[in-house]
Amino acid sequence: MKILNILLSAFRALQRNKMRSFLTMLGIIIGVGAVIAMLAIGQGAEYSVKEQIAALGTNVLMVFPGAQQQGGVRTAAGSAVTLTEDDALAIQRECPAVQYLSPGSGAGGQVIAGNLNWSTGISGVGNDYLEIRQWSVEYGAFFTDQDVKAATKVCVLGKTVADNLFPESSPVEQTIRIRNVPFKVVGVLTKKGQNTAGQDQDDIILAPYTTVIRRLSHWPNLRSILVSATSLKDIPTAQTQISELLRMRHKIQPYDADDFTIRNQTDLAATATATTEILTILLASIASVSLLVGGIGIMNIMLVSVTERTREIGIRMSIGARSRDILTQFLIEALVLSLLGGVIGIILGTTGSSIISKIAKWPTIVTPFSIILSFGFSIAIGIFFGFYPARKAAMLNPIDALRYE
Amino acid sequence: MIHDLDTSPAQKDGLLIQIDHLTKVYQLGEVDVHALRGVSVHVSKGEFVAIMGASGSGKSTFMNILGCLDKPTKGTYLLEGIDVGKLSRDELAAIRNLKIGFVFQGFNLLSRTSALENVELPLFYCSVSNKLRKSKAIQAIERVGLGDRIHHYPNQLSGGQQQRVAIARALVNDPSIILADEPTGNLDSRTSVEVMGIFQELNNNGITVILVTHEPDIAQFAKRHIVFRDGKIKSDRINPNPKVASEVLKELPAIDEEEEAA
Repeated sequence: MKILNILLSAFRALQRNKMRSFLTMLGIIIGVGAVIAMLAIGQGAEYSVKEQIAALGTNVLMVFPGAQQQGGVRTAAGSAVTLTEDDALAIQRECPAVQYLSPGSGAGGQVIAGNLNWSTGISGVGNDYLEIRQWSVEYGAFFTDQDVKAATKVCVLGKTVADNLFPESSPVEQTIRIRNVPFKVVGVLTKKGQNTAGQDQDDIILAPYTTVIRRLSHWPNLRSILVSATSLKDIPTAQTQISELLRMRHKIQPYDADDFTIRNQTDLAATATATTEILTILLASIASVSLLVGGIGIMNIMLVSVTERTREIGIRMSIGARSRDILTQFLIEALVLSLLGGVIGIILGTTGSSIISKIAKWPTIVTPFSIILSFGFSIAIGIFFGFYPARKAAMLNPIDALRYE
Repeated sequence: MIHDLDTSPAQKDGLLIQIDHLTKVYQLGEVDVHALRGVSVHVSKGEFVAIMGASGSGKSTFMNILGCLDKPTKGTYLLEGIDVGKLSRDELAAIRNLKIGFVFQGFNLLSRTSALENVELPLFYCSVSNKLRKSKAIQAIERVGLGDRIHHYPNQLSGGQQQRVAIARALVNDPSIILADEPTGNLDSRTSVEVMGIFQELNNNGITVILVTHEPDIAQFAKRHIVFRDGKIKSDRINPNPKVASEVLKELPAIDEEEEAA
């Protein structure tokens, strides 16, 4: 029996009990729809976490001064005054796995522009800072290497700071006073929004680190050094190179601990991604339970159908249907149910996810993978749960089937 | 017995069915039921045989074996020289498909399936192109005189018409035998004669017909009578004067056409 004819007769058989076929399919529709929607929600979460981590610059390493150790008592990390400008220049010079480097200093305080004021942190950075962070300037320009060397009193404002100090005019070329020191604004950063911790990344002022050290903090050492590796896979190499160089420069004995800390964000990225992946798997497995229940529904209805149609099976066998013809017929019917349910479920799950996106403002992503997965799943369920009833039909004795009332 | 017992597997000229020493034992729990106790029948091409007997005589079991729906316990059944007892389930299905046409008492048409599609059904189970299948099915329906009702559903047809569709389905694959199991059991007497007329016509065109019936009137249309009793053949003889359905019909009082259609 040709496959097209079997398909046609399967459709016709299912049409005879429209309500029943629909209800059976509903199990698969809900199952597949739920799997698609849950995967979309999970993958949406994964995506937004990755996005935020990427915004930090993923091949970035941060070097902090270590904890001061005095007589076995350790104070907080960063309390030691061990990172110097020379350390930074040495790393730049001697570590081949390091691409960009930005020494960091910092200060906080009142910022005044005209009759408006704002309190925020001032980050002293190198002129490669934007490259490392993968940030960009929206208006004006970033300060130059010359500005850093000469400790010029220039600064770049974050969007929030710019909006608060200059609500109606462009801040570029204007002068602001930071702790009474006049700074010329040369640029405004592109809006970044909140980071993963919920902090406003636009509430910031960037100035040359040299200027911050000399004019604001009056503290000669560096608060941190921001480094970007030449590539993501070079991060461990860069870390080793920096560590060896600093240990040598700081004359640390092999049995002594580092007086600095190197952090990289790939750990953070990996952890966050793993967490959301677990979330996705959890959501999808809960949804698959309903797919399983849908499959059992198909099996149930197919068993009823085989019993109801015992006589039909007998007739078909008496006119020459082989066991495998009957098997194929019932298997195809189960498959049509599950596939049709799967397709409707995919449509429903996809539209459902976009509705969730709009209402809950939660990013959802329906990937081709999740569609292929659910489609494959519904085929597998059709075959798996359709096989037993189909086999039962195929193994019927033609005489008994014919005599069945 | 009027036939000699030639058990050689070689097919004798014109011999369609060679059944020798056939026994069939069913096991019902711990009791063995001997449905057939050594039956030997030979049927040649073009015969019209009526198999008669009371219920429990073994005639239904015999029909099932004849129709390759069941296998004998002992003995041989050669259909056109093929030893049916040695065939697999699938091979038996192929024999039923190609060599045997069934007509049942309850018509056994697929409901909610048109007459044409019912007749096409056997052709789905052998390799026939869609086009040829349709033309063969239409030809078979026209042969039983229902050319104007090919798209009717069984519930839109009278009992006699349904049985004609069933006969068309039995005919469609040009079988060697038509096996009819109580084909007139659910029909009134006039329609019964009409259906017998169709069998006679087919038989006159060379098709072998084997009919199971317990009605002596119906058996009168056959050319040979085999009577079963207690799993054995009680008698096997030629009917010297078979009735002719077309003549019987003329003598029957005409029934109101509208009544029949209802």
